[in-house]
Amino acid sequence: MCTTCGCGHGETRIEGDALHGHDHVHVHADGTVHSHGHDHAHGEPHDHGSHEHDHGHGVAGQHEHPHVHADGSTHSHAHVHQGAHAHDHAPGSFKPVEGHGHLHYGHGPAHTHAPGMSQGRMVQIEQDILAKNNAYAKQNRERLAERGIFALNLVSSPGSGKTTLLVKTIEALKGKATVAVIEGDQQTSQDAERIRATGAPAIQINTGKGCHLDAHMVGHALEKLPLADESLLMIENVGNLVCPAAFDLGEASKVVILSVTEGEDKPIKYPDMFRAARLMLLNKCDLLPHLTFSVDKAIEFARRVNPDIEVIRTSSTSGEGFDAWLAWIEEGAALARSRRAVSVDVLKRRIAELEQQLSTK
Amino acid sequence: MHEMSLAEGVLQLIEDAARDQGFTAVRTVWVEIGQLSGVEPEAMAFCFDAVSRGTLLEGARLEVVHVAGSGHCYECGRDTELQAVYDACTHCGAVPVHITGGTEMRVKELEVD
Repeated sequence: MCTTCGCGHGETRIEGDALHGHDHVHVHADGTVHSHGHDHAHGEPHDHGSHEHDHGHGVAGQHEHPHVHADGSTHSHAHVHQGAHAHDHAPGSFKPVEGHGHLHYGHGPAHTHAPGMSQGRMVQIEQDILAKNNAYAKQNRERLAERGIFALNLVSSPGSGKTTLLVKTIEALKGKATVAVIEGDQQTSQDAERIRATGAPAIQINTGKGCHLDAHMVGHALEKLPLADESLLMIENVGNLVCPAAFDLGEASKVVILSVTEGEDKPIKYPDMFRAARLMLLNKCDLLPHLTFSVDKAIEFARRVNPDIEVIRTSSTSGEGFDAWLAWIEEGAALARSRRAVSVDVLKRRIAELEQQLSTK
Repeated sequence: MHEMSLAEGVLQLIEDAARDQGFTAVRTVWVEIGQLSGVEPEAMAFCFDAVSRGTLLEGARLEVVHVAGSGHCYECGRDTELQAVYDACTHCGAVPVHITGGTEMRVKELEVD
């Protein structure tokens, strides 16, 4: 197991259902065969006959096409599929995209040609280790953007007061905005139950041994969660200041919560998280009179790793900072709504243009 | 941080490449790890061994290509080395420095059979 955080996989559950993965093999019209794996929650309907599912395709939707050149040399291009799987494999129509990989035969490990010597072949991959997660995150982000949903990924160490803050936030937003919640914890659905008690829909992801949520889990949770158009989605990540920093879930922003009962030097002890966040909530500020915590120092440390980070002092007990926090949320939500309106307008204009073209034919 | 998940990410990338390109065993994996990526190369190697058991990576050698942290100083406009994301400019001592390199974690290349 991981020596650092002990995280692993294979025990992820969404509301008690395990995620199961398996492989599919596809034959394209030109006879090329490729396969990819996909996961689905147990008992969830999924279609094996059609090729138009959106479960992400291979490594970031990438696969290779070998070509034989006139001089007999062979090389292959990798290309990436985004979204729907409509593409043309007819000879001559293939266009390599940026970032294509090359497969060279006859190169030794040191890239030297050594005739007569046994050698493995070199395969260039040049892919980010998180490519798969990032492809799922992109899908989630597009799905949310299409519907004008403003999504936040709330991250902190355990015990910072995330869930209490979230409950108070939902209560304060009642009648003003619709909120849905994805809760991430290693075990139990206690947090989702606390959220549901407010009347907001919530779905619990149990990561099992995993120390963070990933974009694939969130994609499945999005399918199950009743989300209204132009609403808010709050994703409460697993309490952990390390791993969730690296995993994009498709959110608009990460919000890091640092409670004043922790050390003010946390931002430089765990710089990746504070660098990834757009906003820091300094929480439990009602306790400041009883502590030696320096707010100025904490903000200075946070800005050292992330000069652009915004800071709001909050307390779920006294309500301090909630006006600023709710205004910050509304600003982001308004942007998500206006972007959706723009894309709807663009589509309407495009439809009008196409209709005009059709009517003149 | 999360080296186990990353090692599993490496395995997935390589398994997919193996399906597409028809190789069945891997001799060497070159992975590029930046100084500022938050990835501990030793923990990565440990986890790589753990996840490779019983897969096409079993017995493969992991070669970590280190990439130094580098940045551009907002204050004096010069390029500077960085050991950590919050380091000050080595020339003028200013913080923060705009990070320009050293955050990568990529599978670069494979030697396969």
